[in-house]
Amino acid sequence: MNIYLLIAIMALTTYLIRAIPLTLLKKPIKSQFINSFLHYVPVACLTAMTFPAILYATDNIISGVLGLLVGILIACFNNNLVLVAISSCLTVFLSEQVIGLLIG
Amino acid sequence: MFNFKEFFKGIKAGLPVCAGYFSVSFGFGSMAVAQGLSILHSILISATNLTSAGQFAGLTVIVSGATVLELILTQLIINSRYSLMSVALGQKFGQKVGFWKRIICAFFNTDELFAIGMSRKEPLSPTFFVGAGVISWVGWTSGTALGAIAGSALPLDIRASLSVMLYGMFIAIVVPEVKKGKAMLVNMLLALIFSCLFAWVPGLNQISSGLVIVICTVAAAAICAILFPVKQEVA
Repeated sequence: MNIYLLIAIMALTTYLIRAIPLTLLKKPIKSQFINSFLHYVPVACLTAMTFPAILYATDNIISGVLGLLVGILIACFNNNLVLVAISSCLTVFLSEQVIGLLIG
Repeated sequence: MFNFKEFFKGIKAGLPVCAGYFSVSFGFGSMAVAQGLSILHSILISATNLTSAGQFAGLTVIVSGATVLELILTQLIINSRYSLMSVALGQKFGQKVGFWKRIICAFFNTDELFAIGMSRKEPLSPTFFVGAGVISWVGWTSGTALGAIAGSALPLDIRASLSVMLYGMFIAIVVPEVKKGKAMLVNMLLALIFSCLFAWVPGLNQISSGLVIVICTVAAAAICAILFPVKQEVA
């Protein structure tokens, strides 16, 4: 399938999810189930995307685990996106250098 | 008449988002080229989608050569939260804001810009919202461009650690939410368990990754919506 077509389909789907409720739905969604469901979607989705994928994103599973743990630890004290992301990233980089030295 | 003052107020409010987007999308750009996308295609995805989780999932679906239906389904589920946010944003705009302004603002309704719009104490104008949106879009798109260019030039070990950047951002979003209460913790644990099952149980791990994200998200969120219904509120 043509890559431009795929990108267009992806963009259109994302856009319509945002545009339809903004233009057509003037009243709030009444269903408690749908509201609750949408309330839980972001965390469920981000969790499923992160784990266990983060373990296989790096060259070595150990550095992936360390990156994850450091990310969680930093996020417990400070929820600055950039800070957490860069700490995870640096942890992975440094631990891979160390692992590389140890293995030789 | 175009209200420049209001537009610039929006740009000013959007500057921190712009900086955050820049660094995160740098990770997206380098990840996209690492997975085989061209620099141009990576930039195009960011410029037209302006969504973090949706793009990363979409990237996985595209490079794995999955069907169009799966691509649409993944986007629908992952980005479904925007529909709720759009309803709330529409109410914040009020009745005076017409159709054409709404269809422009819709493009910029991301998690962070929504938060800026809703927290504004003065009445929220589309001009202000688009100002914040445009500057954030610039950060998101230029970050992707630089990440894609750097990603194709940087050594492999630096590239590998950059791909963790995105997961770091997800962690930073999830952890504070989970700390808020038991329901969110259960939601996170359920998604975690389902996700591990689909990764490690033979047979289940044959299902494509885009679909796995959809199944885990729907299952965890639906179970929690039944167990811990949220009291009615605007967003």
